[in-house]
Amino acid sequence: MTTVDAPAQVQLRLLAGPNDGRLDTHLGRHGRPPVLDAGRLVELLRAAGLTGRGGAGFPTWRKIEAVLRAPGTPVVVANGSEGEPASGKDRALLAYQPHLVLDGLQLVAAALGARTAHLYVAAASADGVRAALAARRGAGLDPVAVTVTVAPEAFVAGEESAVVAAVSGRPAVPADKLRRITESGVGGAPTLVQNVETLAHLALIARHGPAWFRAAGTHDEPGTFLATVGGAVDAPGVIEAGYGVRLGDLVDAAGGPASPLQAVLLGGYHGGWVPARPELEVSRAALAPFGASPGAGIVLALPAHACGLAETARIAGYLAGEVAGQCGPCVNGLPRLAGTLGDLAHHRARAGLPAEVRRLAALVTGRGACRHPDGTARMIISAMSAFDADVAAHLAGRCLAADSGHQGVRR
Amino acid sequence: MSTTRLHVDWTACDGRGLCAELLPELLAEDDWGYPVAHTGEAEPEVPRQLQDSARRAVDRCPALALRLVQR
Amino acid sequence: MTDTLWYFGRGSGVVSLVLLSVVVALGIGARSGRTAFGLPRFAVNMLHRNAALLAVVLLAGHVVSLYFDPYAQLRFFDLVVPFVGQYRPFWLGLGTLAFDLMLALIATSLLRHRLGARTWRIVHWLAYLCWPIALLHGWQTGTDGGTWWLRTVLALCAALVVAAVAWRVTPSFARFPARVPRRVRILEEAR
Repeated sequence: MTTVDAPAQVQLRLLAGPNDGRLDTHLGRHGRPPVLDAGRLVELLRAAGLTGRGGAGFPTWRKIEAVLRAPGTPVVVANGSEGEPASGKDRALLAYQPHLVLDGLQLVAAALGARTAHLYVAAASADGVRAALAARRGAGLDPVAVTVTVAPEAFVAGEESAVVAAVSGRPAVPADKLRRITESGVGGAPTLVQNVETLAHLALIARHGPAWFRAAGTHDEPGTFLATVGGAVDAPGVIEAGYGVRLGDLVDAAGGPASPLQAVLLGGYHGGWVPARPELEVSRAALAPFGASPGAGIVLALPAHACGLAETARIAGYLAGEVAGQCGPCVNGLPRLAGTLGDLAHHRARAGLPAEVRRLAALVTGRGACRHPDGTARMIISAMSAFDADVAAHLAGRCLAADSGHQGVRR
Repeated sequence: MSTTRLHVDWTACDGRGLCAELLPELLAEDDWGYPVAHTGEAEPEVPRQLQDSARRAVDRCPALALRLVQR
Repeated sequence: MTDTLWYFGRGSGVVSLVLLSVVVALGIGARSGRTAFGLPRFAVNMLHRNAALLAVVLLAGHVVSLYFDPYAQLRFFDLVVPFVGQYRPFWLGLGTLAFDLMLALIATSLLRHRLGARTWRIVHWLAYLCWPIALLHGWQTGTDGGTWWLRTVLALCAALVVAAVAWRVTPSFARFPARVPRRVRILEEAR
């Protein structure tokens, strides 16, 4: 994947400047990070309106305040594991601008008075971040020691409690939440888990201020975000843009559609399907009526000649295979859900299948230690709505994609 | 106004079915024998008159998967 | 008086062993999630628990009456330290060992909410050790080992537990045989 230079509505901030990952380049461009106390940091972040870029979009200042309120010395964890196969932004960020991420990590750790910091990354990023950390040690940049933990290549390994388990030396599977991670996480200490992109934004806000951050994006959703644009586009890659950017602009920045598009999966495999309208704005507000949100910035384009149900069934099958294996309703329910959807998608349809899909989706929602079943169900329900014409066709024994003369695109 | 709710630790629940017997007003069994609230909620509310039965279910669960929480 | 103690000692031992065999069979059967003899699952669970408590009460009676019976020649620490007794030390010792294991099983079960499921489960596996030890002790320690009635009782106890174990390993044991088992995916890690 490569980044692409920005047309007008797409902006480069994180990914501006030479993206060589070198410390001297970084210091030359950004200088050494400031030191902020907890109060100042929270004030800046609140004014800037930074929200988490890992998918949940929770206000960062609130999370930090929760950790500050809890008794004990906090621990900070930067999550760059990116278990989502359709996402590449964290890997790109760690390769091109690791020092922004590491600056952000130090800023937060110092403000919180943390004595330990963790960096949780995919195997592909490990060598690069270790080299970046070594360079920073040489320059005396990291008062708080950072421990690198490599994440297993699994979808659920990036879930917050799975991250806490992994950096604590346990298997990277989610835990039953007795107490919030912000109160009790790594070693029982109040723990702040932040996506690496969030920390990178934080590092720039600390230097340039909230007004600068708000100059991009919308009033309610300020700042830029990293989108991983893939699927039926000519130059799949990581694009940076402000919230509210038109879907068409994102797709154009990724080389434009490879063929006419019918729908886009936004937010990732736990996200929602929206119609491929170029003027659709990528923001929570604009996407809410479609039951979707920007999530972790994934934009997966589905060509018109593919079958939306088949693609959804493929993703559902993948998600069913990615269960941690701990929770009965998920371990049993997701394969059954994927199988039922597969029957609908591959012409083993029978009346009552759509109702069965909805029943199973409701059955698995909320009944697991993490939101893997919930997210899977949500994506499938949004597909049943976005591809309702396909559902009707399949029940009648036809397929709209096959009728149009092509078979579905398979990865 | 906080309510008492029944929380299931899904990493522990083995679908042994004692809770659905002791709290039939609240719980049923799903397709695979795991407890599911009649209301479909993840954490069903436990009304005052069912709290004794709920406490018994929490005590008897062989997997220690149940907890009463205040939300 | 000593005769009374002796008879009570033997009788309570035998009844305790029969109860223990029932407890083990119930414990194994409870894993199936099935109702039994018209009893709902929670009642089967309570029966297992209450029979175990009753067994330990009878076991205490067995130990105490034999302690006070001069014929049994028990010293105080023979009650908890195995294999140092004066009368048939090995077989007696098995009884002491079984008694110690029973105490551990009961104590951890009564405290399971405080100990957590994993600790409780690990200790509870000792039941599979406790029961055969108790059976051997019952057979070989007392003077009744050669009698037809004791042999019959022991054979029935053994048959009950063996039948329960055999049922446990059949595929139709569980109430939901199509259920996918919960097993944590051990994910490869590169550190």
